[in-house]
Amino acid sequence: MNHDAYPDNYIRGILNSVKSIAMVGASPVNVRPSYFAFKYLAQRGYDMIPVNPGHVGKELLGKPFVASLRDIGRPIDMIDIFRNSSHIMPVVEEALALDPLPKVIWMQLGARDDAAAEKAEAAGIKVVMNRCPKIEYGRLSSEISWMGVNSRTLSSKRPPAPTQGMRLSLNRMSVGGGDTAASDRAAKNKSEQG
Amino acid sequence: MSDRLPGFSTLAVHAGAQPDPTTGARATPIYQTTSFVFNDADHAASLFGLQAFGNIYTRIGNPTNAVLEERVAALEGGTAALAVASGHAAQVVVLQQLLQPGDEFIAARKLYGGSINQFTHAFKSFGWNVVWADPDDIASFERAVTPRTKAIFIESIANPAGSITDIEAISTVARKAGVPLIVDNTLASPYLIRPIDHGADIVVHSLTKFLGGHGNSLGGIIVDAGTFDWSTGGKYPMLSEPRPEYHGIRLQETFGNFAFAIACRVLGLRDLGPALSPFNAFMILTGIETLPLRMQKHCDNAKAIAEFLAGHPAVASVSYAGLANDKYNQLARKYAPKGAGAVFTFSLKGGYDAGVSLVSKLQLFSHLANVGDTRSLVIHPASTTHSQLDDAAKIKSGAGPDVVRLSIGIEDKEDLIADLEQALGA
Repeated sequence: MNHDAYPDNYIRGILNSVKSIAMVGASPVNVRPSYFAFKYLAQRGYDMIPVNPGHVGKELLGKPFVASLRDIGRPIDMIDIFRNSSHIMPVVEEALALDPLPKVIWMQLGARDDAAAEKAEAAGIKVVMNRCPKIEYGRLSSEISWMGVNSRTLSSKRPPAPTQGMRLSLNRMSVGGGDTAASDRAAKNKSEQG
Repeated sequence: MSDRLPGFSTLAVHAGAQPDPTTGARATPIYQTTSFVFNDADHAASLFGLQAFGNIYTRIGNPTNAVLEERVAALEGGTAALAVASGHAAQVVVLQQLLQPGDEFIAARKLYGGSINQFTHAFKSFGWNVVWADPDDIASFERAVTPRTKAIFIESIANPAGSITDIEAISTVARKAGVPLIVDNTLASPYLIRPIDHGADIVVHSLTKFLGGHGNSLGGIIVDAGTFDWSTGGKYPMLSEPRPEYHGIRLQETFGNFAFAIACRVLGLRDLGPALSPFNAFMILTGIETLPLRMQKHCDNAKAIAEFLAGHPAVASVSYAGLANDKYNQLARKYAPKGAGAVFTFSLKGGYDAGVSLVSKLQLFSHLANVGDTRSLVIHPASTTHSQLDDAAKIKSGAGPDVVRLSIGIEDKEDLIADLEQALGA
């Protein structure tokens, strides 16, 4: 997978197929991005599991924190890592020890570890880096359009009015003229320099 | 679901718009409301904290305006956009995110006269110091860079003479200096030039001109290319530092490659207040649907009229980059192959008096201070749009006393030529 620019169908396929998501680094502080990404994904129907050893014994929106991926004790489809790039590898190694393996490892906006991605992909796991699943879900459903974001999708279909807890269709047509090739190029240049 | 890529005209009609979920209305409704009802207290808190998608108050966002924003972002190839009340408002909101009092920005000397005034006087009172550079001399931009430089500002096609700016060369200077390149793309529109493809980090427009296109509604817009890294060195604290207005969130960390557009919305528009009326957003959206058709006609007419004027005995010179012998023709071929725009100047052998006489005799051309209308327009910049500049600055910006500016409309070109002929002839 080219991790500089993901085809919409790759992201769409992941968000349409996964049901359970373990969020590593989920925070109970309600102004942290991990908190509101967790909340949004739960509202959109994903089975969310907060992973953070510092908060065991507490709950996040009714879901008990677990200390590590091992402690979840049931199969999980996706691991969403809310840690910075230098803390990715140990989480991926821990994920690779799970049985069954997760189907997807997702690293949050700003996080990228190509060596860890290569390891996971070698084990047949799909990897997404430097993206936010909340933003991608909002973009592909066009729910994010309220803030002027270029969803890079078109649709002539009448959508349902979104309500709490509703799953939205992500199957809109993707467009190219409004693509973000320039920002993808910039991200690539940045990662090459770094 | 294939990732087939629609073209520019398809995006001009469809991007950002979908049937209204509640009524099924196919045209984008005008959501003429100040405010939006919350589901409950938690929903309200989430919206105010920038944690959930949704509308609060039309000064921060409005569903009609959001369609306009996504459409222009798509046409420009940006990650997001923010619509505001005017092109001037767009410039204030952009620079408010980038400059602290005492900082500098470099601007091309060839700009719309109103921008020259705004930068020289209004922005000076905010402590934002403009440093001028010559777009025909790229090295003058490099020489102007100091440790306080926070941005570079240029026009893609420059007012009033329609000269073409070498965006890529100036973007190289910006990248080396570690500052974003802001391009005012008003006179080109994304149909002719997409500055982001040439290295721009931020694009601004007066939507009042070719995008709206009918001379009926003011508006401005800011497009975030998503290309600039705001986190380095604390140089752009509005984006990189925890914002006390929003419980300490960092915009770049939270919003990634559209953080600049969000900063403009939640720190600029929210606090400075130049919101676009949803009615104007609707009018401009309707205009954008025909942008590719109109823009091509504007350019084709402009070229025919520039050629006519270049051959007229009363005309001393024509400055139109679409003419083969024009100084900017090479740059026009590179950056705007579909056409060199529809705003240009010419000078009359009879000087100032001949200019005044021409303007008074024209029957179809309207004498007014706008460009990018369906109607053809004429103005004498030295006595109007550029009148607040001193004589030397007028000449430097291409608005000397003998210069007349035209904005060519989409009428039949034969009628426009006949009108100019009768006004020049007698």
